[in-house]
Amino acid sequence: MDKGKGVLVRRWAIDFTDNSTTTSSRDIPDPLGFSRASQDQDDSSVSKQKKDAEANWKAQKAWEVAQAPFKNLLMMGFMMWMAGNTVHLFSIGITFSALWQPINALQGVGKVFEPYKDSKVDTLTPKLLFIALNLVSLALGVWKLNTLGLLPTHASDWVSSLPPAQEVEYSGGGLPLR
Amino acid sequence: MAMVLRLSLLLTLLCYSLNPSFALYEDQVGLMDWHQQYIGKVNHVVFHTQKAGRKRVVVSTEENVIASLDLRRGDIFWRHVLGANETIDEMDIALGKYVITLSSGGTILRAWNLPDGQMVWESLLQGSIPSKKFLSVMMNFKKGKDNLIFAFGRGCLHAVSSIDGEVLWRKELSELTTESLEIQRVFQPADSDIVYAVGFDGSSQFHTYQFNAKTGELLKHSVAAFLGGFSGESSFVSDDILVMLDATGSHLVLISYQDGEINFHQTYISDLVPDCSGVARILPTQLTGIVALKTDSSAVFLRLIGGNKLEVVEKINYPTAFSDALSYSEGQKAFALIQHVGSRIQLTLKLDNDWNSNLLEESIEMDPQKGNVQKVFINNYIRTDRTYGFRALIVLEDHSLMLLQQGEIVWSREDGLASVIDVTTEELPLEKEGVSVAKVEHNLFEWLKGHILKLKGTLMLASPGDIVAIQAMRMKSSEKSKMTRDHNGFRKLLIVLTRAGKLFALHTGDGRVVWSLLLPSLRRSEACQYPTGINIYQWQVPHHHAMNENPSILVVGRCGLGSDAPGVLSFVDLYTGKELSSFNLAHSIAQVIPLPFTDSTEQRLHLLIDAGGRAHLYPRTLEVLKIFQSELPNTYWYSVEAEKDIIRGHALHSNCFLEETDEYCFSTRELWSIVFPSESEKIISTATRKLNEVVHTQAKVIADHDVTFKYISRNLLFVATVAPKGDCSVGSVTPEESWLVVYLIDTITGRILHRMTHLGSQGPVQAIISENWVVYHYFNLRAHRFEMSVIEIYDQSRADIKDVWKILLGKHNLTSPVSSYSRPEVVMKSQSYFFTHSVKTMAVTSTAKGITSKQLLIGTIGDQVLALDKRYLDPRRTINPTQAEKEEGIIPLTDALPIIPQSYVTHSLQVEGLRGILTVPAKLESTTLVFAYGVDLFFTRIAPSRTYDSLTEDFSYALLLITIVALIAAIFVTWVLSEKKELREKWR
Repeated sequence: MDKGKGVLVRRWAIDFTDNSTTTSSRDIPDPLGFSRASQDQDDSSVSKQKKDAEANWKAQKAWEVAQAPFKNLLMMGFMMWMAGNTVHLFSIGITFSALWQPINALQGVGKVFEPYKDSKVDTLTPKLLFIALNLVSLALGVWKLNTLGLLPTHASDWVSSLPPAQEVEYSGGGLPLR
Repeated sequence: MAMVLRLSLLLTLLCYSLNPSFALYEDQVGLMDWHQQYIGKVNHVVFHTQKAGRKRVVVSTEENVIASLDLRRGDIFWRHVLGANETIDEMDIALGKYVITLSSGGTILRAWNLPDGQMVWESLLQGSIPSKKFLSVMMNFKKGKDNLIFAFGRGCLHAVSSIDGEVLWRKELSELTTESLEIQRVFQPADSDIVYAVGFDGSSQFHTYQFNAKTGELLKHSVAAFLGGFSGESSFVSDDILVMLDATGSHLVLISYQDGEINFHQTYISDLVPDCSGVARILPTQLTGIVALKTDSSAVFLRLIGGNKLEVVEKINYPTAFSDALSYSEGQKAFALIQHVGSRIQLTLKLDNDWNSNLLEESIEMDPQKGNVQKVFINNYIRTDRTYGFRALIVLEDHSLMLLQQGEIVWSREDGLASVIDVTTEELPLEKEGVSVAKVEHNLFEWLKGHILKLKGTLMLASPGDIVAIQAMRMKSSEKSKMTRDHNGFRKLLIVLTRAGKLFALHTGDGRVVWSLLLPSLRRSEACQYPTGINIYQWQVPHHHAMNENPSILVVGRCGLGSDAPGVLSFVDLYTGKELSSFNLAHSIAQVIPLPFTDSTEQRLHLLIDAGGRAHLYPRTLEVLKIFQSELPNTYWYSVEAEKDIIRGHALHSNCFLEETDEYCFSTRELWSIVFPSESEKIISTATRKLNEVVHTQAKVIADHDVTFKYISRNLLFVATVAPKGDCSVGSVTPEESWLVVYLIDTITGRILHRMTHLGSQGPVQAIISENWVVYHYFNLRAHRFEMSVIEIYDQSRADIKDVWKILLGKHNLTSPVSSYSRPEVVMKSQSYFFTHSVKTMAVTSTAKGITSKQLLIGTIGDQVLALDKRYLDPRRTINPTQAEKEEGIIPLTDALPIIPQSYVTHSLQVEGLRGILTVPAKLESTTLVFAYGVDLFFTRIAPSRTYDSLTEDFSYALLLITIVALIAAIFVTWVLSEKKELREKWR
């Protein structure tokens, strides 16, 4: 957990100053020199500053999260290069993990950006970047699958189980029986 | 799909690398294979009982086998199978330790050692003209210790020493006469140096010769002509009187030839036997003073009285069989006579000089499926109480051999199985409530004991005794001999038709005879004098609609020897082994064409083509006629006339023009013919695809995901022709004047798809067609080696279908029916390789779905079956295959096909006289059942790509079970422990 987050997020609080305008407190008039409006204003400016900082921080974080798959992509690429182009246990494992990770990440794209959700923060572009990068990663996995020859992209993959065509004519015979 | 295929490929490759050889382990022999040894129908028998601790009998058979059998159990001590054209003409015993055989038309004389069957010597007898063969061993001639052997064959009389086979002298008797001479007897009176030979030539001249036994000098030769002429067998009633029949068969001729003086004396047979009808025959008994005469209905014994008079002693009604005479005691000869009385046979022994009393009379119950007794051989032995006992070896109508002794059948051998004509298979009945299998099921305790023993074996804790017990348990596993269908399809019935006209059902599990049936329609009768079985066809194979019917087969035979003899059909129920019905047809049977249609009771339609080219439809029901009428325009047939070197194609036309209308008969018209130039080409071999072959796919994926389309057609005929000179055996022609031409012909249109010439090659050609390839075997005269060639046929017209989307959306015509008239563009790929063996027969493995790779099964000249991977016969082999090709499994090209000793299917066994190999798919896709037959029978199952779809037989289930139990126990223990630990943590 980040330290800043700990400071900012309170667990609980009791407000002793009852500045509400309920019927129970309306009977008691404000003390002299007390201006309700100024306090409100002051309070709101502080929180606004804080909120801005938080939003900034959230946006920054969201961008960071969105860029995270890029590193992953590089590593995957290296691993794939290492695995080679022949079908064996290692290359199949890597390819499948390369396919699985982006799919998983794409499925949980909402969850990843949940903490940074804010009315002021624009999470759409980081989200799009995140999705794009993951799609690239997925494409890399598919490309790897194809180089391994495990994708049915050739005619041979589709006709290999076609039964022989039936023949219209039938003939029999041969040498006379002895 | 492709991925799954590649993964399976990966797994198989893994398997290959783990276990490189296909061979069996020593303890696996006999687990899934069985081997049965037979000898065939016995012709000649020689008993040898002298000094005999081990009593044996030597027999020679119609399958050219010489064998020594144990008289106690009927087992084979030793056996020799001579070549196909080395017919054994005569057999005798010499010096008390050699068996002498005269074979190959009287040209080869061999001596075999009695105890171990080793060949002691061999003599080639010269001669010019084929003639009757005759062998006689002189027992009384003492020249040192030598017994002289007189052999007559090809017109020459030879005197041969029995010690070393040296030809002492040779006399060309045919030179002395003008026509071919038939020696009837050679004999030598005791203590005399003169050898007498008696015979006749040209059926009218009677000759007697006298030779000096030592030098072969012709001492005397006398000839007398008998105007009536002679025919058939002769019978010697004494040393100087011979009885023969005249040419018309109505007179008996007594010939006395005392000292070169020849006298004839004729007697009418009907004078002797008043109610005799038909042609009589003399039985070659050698009884003193007695002639046996066989007529159509009875056998008559005639006694010679007063020099030249004959009188009837006894008349016996048929069916009967007689033995040769046996020297019983001083001057007495005994002979046996067997009569059928109901289901029993009566064996009677008589003495030739005391006709009224019988030496022995026994009655024995006989299985009616064995038919009549055809031959009897008798032998005597001395019992413990010093009296004489007799034993009789009998040969029955179904060619089985039996030993009778003291009124009992001591043993019996099913030697009819040595001459298998045709084989087919059938599924066993399904396991149902009603079907009793309790007999072979064993109880739980035994099952447990067996598994514990197996486990001990796996964990290497078993003692030698246990190992023997485990092996015995594996061998007679009740699983494999059950009478019900199994899940893997290993248990089947092998239906075998033998030359004797008997059907056997053998169980594939252990090779036992489940039932046998001597087909009544293939037995000799008034209507059918020479019945012969030809082939068997699956008639009714119950499937979905007719599940409750029993399967049946069609046995096709004919009444007579010529191809225009009327046919016989017989239908046999395969579960009960009973003949359902039989028909004597009015027409002949030249060809049988099973059609690919069945009627509502799953009976297969068959077309029987007669010698006149008319087609007859069976079964004869209206429903069948309706089915066939709609298929008539697309049904064709072709005939190969090997003598005329013509192949003709025919179409079915309309109903026959016969006197009486027959709706089931169709006339045919010729569509095309291929005439080979008879001065340069002669048909020696043809091959077609097996009808029931299953092909999985029409596409073949080659390297780099490329796809080619196989040309798969059932109407493909392979024909091999050779130069007429090269028709004979190897060595008869020079390479320049010899060639072999192979053709691939479409049998619908008569189109020659491919023609290829192998110069300097000759036959014999063995060929096999499967899927889209042909493999054939021939002799290359230039290289002096045998060669095998492969031709693969590809369909070029489909080659351009490469678009994935078109295929995905089904916009292709790959599965639409094709016609031969559409003239497919085909391309051939071909390659040849040297092969070490000469080949007797070839077959290819077949599996249930046709996915498993194929192996060729080659019956070698050594009577073994060799499995050769089809990958070795691949025209795409190159010397340096690319990486992609290597991945695909292409083997680098070599000039010769490798023979891996481990890939002999028959392992250490020999299937003597191998004639054919049948492959049947099991239900398990990886496995093929193989049945090889000749004189011996051999059955096994093989997996060309290993058993990738099942666990091996020696897989230890007990070990697996124990591992699982141990793992579950471990899981429980650790779970309990971790729970406890967690609880402790929480309290802390």
